[in-house]
Amino acid sequence: MTRSALPGLAIATAVLIAGLLLAFTVGRYPVSLGDLLTVLLAKVTGQTADVPTAVQSVVLQVRGPRVLAAALVGAALAVAGTAFQGLFRNPLVSPDILGASSGAALGAVTGIFFSLGVLAIQAFAFVGGLVAVAAVYVIGSAVRARDPILVLVLTGVVVGALLGAGVGLVKYLADPYNQLPAMTFWLLGSLAAANVSDLLPLFGPVAFGTAVLIALRWRMNVMSLPEEEARSLGVPTGPLRVAIVAAATLTTSASVATAGIIGWVGLVVPHLARSLVGPDFARLLPTAAILGGGYLLVIDTLARTAAEVEIPLGILTAVVGTPFFIWLLASMQRTWS
Amino acid sequence: MPINRRAFVVSGGAAVLLPCVARAATVTDATGRELPIPGKVARVFPAGPPAAILLYTLAPDLLLGWPRANRPEECAYMLPGVCARPEVGRITGRGNTANLESVIALKPDLILDVGSTSTTFVSLAERVQQQTGIPYALLDGRFDAIAATYRKLGELTGRQNDSEKLARYADDTIKATTGRIAAIEASARPRVYYARGPRGLATGLGGSINVETIEMLARNVAGGNQGGLANVSIEQVLLWNPDVIVTIDQEFAASVRGDPAWSAVKAVRDGRVHLSPKMPFGWVDFPPSVNRLIGLWWLAKILYPDKFPEDMRALTRDFYTMYYHRTPSDAQIDHVLAGRD
Repeated sequence: MTRSALPGLAIATAVLIAGLLLAFTVGRYPVSLGDLLTVLLAKVTGQTADVPTAVQSVVLQVRGPRVLAAALVGAALAVAGTAFQGLFRNPLVSPDILGASSGAALGAVTGIFFSLGVLAIQAFAFVGGLVAVAAVYVIGSAVRARDPILVLVLTGVVVGALLGAGVGLVKYLADPYNQLPAMTFWLLGSLAAANVSDLLPLFGPVAFGTAVLIALRWRMNVMSLPEEEARSLGVPTGPLRVAIVAAATLTTSASVATAGIIGWVGLVVPHLARSLVGPDFARLLPTAAILGGGYLLVIDTLARTAAEVEIPLGILTAVVGTPFFIWLLASMQRTWS
Repeated sequence: MPINRRAFVVSGGAAVLLPCVARAATVTDATGRELPIPGKVARVFPAGPPAAILLYTLAPDLLLGWPRANRPEECAYMLPGVCARPEVGRITGRGNTANLESVIALKPDLILDVGSTSTTFVSLAERVQQQTGIPYALLDGRFDAIAATYRKLGELTGRQNDSEKLARYADDTIKATTGRIAAIEASARPRVYYARGPRGLATGLGGSINVETIEMLARNVAGGNQGGLANVSIEQVLLWNPDVIVTIDQEFAASVRGDPAWSAVKAVRDGRVHLSPKMPFGWVDFPPSVNRLIGLWWLAKILYPDKFPEDMRALTRDFYTMYYHRTPSDAQIDHVLAGRD
């Protein structure tokens, strides 16, 4: 861990800045760079900009919130994935390993099934994710086993499958003309509807969860060691595990509630960050957050500009993520050990 | 119909010999499949919501049940006894909810399906018919085929007189609305964005069943791509800048006027966001059945207010009386027209 973190962090920041610039300047609605700067400057200085209202609402109400939401969701998923991969000492773990996504999915489709409003659907998804992980944790801890981590992961897989069946049941019972398409769209993930009012409920939990994880960065390094070694170093593994799982789940559930199910980000980005700055969580967490934000920004820009019709994020992240992950597996095994 | 009569005589003879498989006539459905139809069709199983609505409007007494139970609010606009019939599930489309054994146990004389007549659904129909031994009629569910579909259903059920009346009303509605705007060139017709979902960002692409009536009278802004339902971004809607927004979502209709992200869209600025009526069945989109006929008048009026002076209330009363067999009260008509459920 003698390698300097600076070059890696610089690359990640460059990706994020490039992503932000790209995302702000391109879109379905043509906005010139001059107009964009005028609107942003006027917003900062509090003056009224001399550009058409349509351009103003594109920048401030549509594209702006969406860009910020994409960066936040990408950062949240990457941070959660990094935390879980470290906690479970397994490079194949992603943020939904303990059922956060399946629980959120069941909450959201239930909200759609009862024809609730957008806010209620998001709240259902958020709470669904939290409840699912809490249930997994309680069940997993109640089972006495030699390897508590393994039991926890297996419980997560099993409960996730059960929740998936629940999602299937609700879809099966849903009205095929109205509710079913809405559920399908939600499950594929999209930021198309992101607006200003989404930002605070997203930012709060993500910022809090990330702050907790960053505060625990040294202890997370110890948690990556085998259980006995960690205990022998005087780290209270039990309570610490609860704190890490809770913080990562909070960020995951908040992002899933806003954007729907987006896989791959939480799996791929931590590896990429690890190859940039190594396994030390003090560097890894911020790098993963920055890189995740930039990564999802690029993907979301593709999703909203490639065609008149939105391309679901879940599909794009999989199409981009799969070959990338295979390449990572083939070339970067050494960075894990 | 000499052929049918001969078939009647021949199968009538067979009916004496084999009363269980009494066959009276062969009728072809919309896909050209020949169906052996029993002499008296008294029980019909609807394969999905469009079929159930179509059958209810023509011959409510034949309807065995509904794909989904109706809500009491919906039954206020229909014959109470028929509306309250049990939920029997649906057969085709996105997975069955009806068990074929329970379909057989209901002893239908005919299974009626209305919708796509593509190869997939023809083979599904063929399969269910083979498994159950019940004739399975697949009729065309497209909007401009409604009149032909009524006539075919009349033939299948022996209700030609009633079906002719409904078919003629359908023909007249389409002719009256499209005829009056025929002189307006396509480029001069209003550009419409069809909004679904609580945030109004799901829409029907060109040629999708969801926007058939809109595309009949106006230009669909999303019509450049062919397809079904899709999600779009607000930026894309701003770029399209539609003259009129038609939505089926109450929450979206209520929130869009105050939403700053939508404020620059022409339709929102001009106050031309219209919430489609939906009781007891939606007027624009779903289920894609004859309920869209009255919606065609409604669309014509909101799209071309100068050209359609008709009183929407009178049209609604007539349509509901004729198709849903119950005359709505003035208060009910107000409720329907406000788009409430």
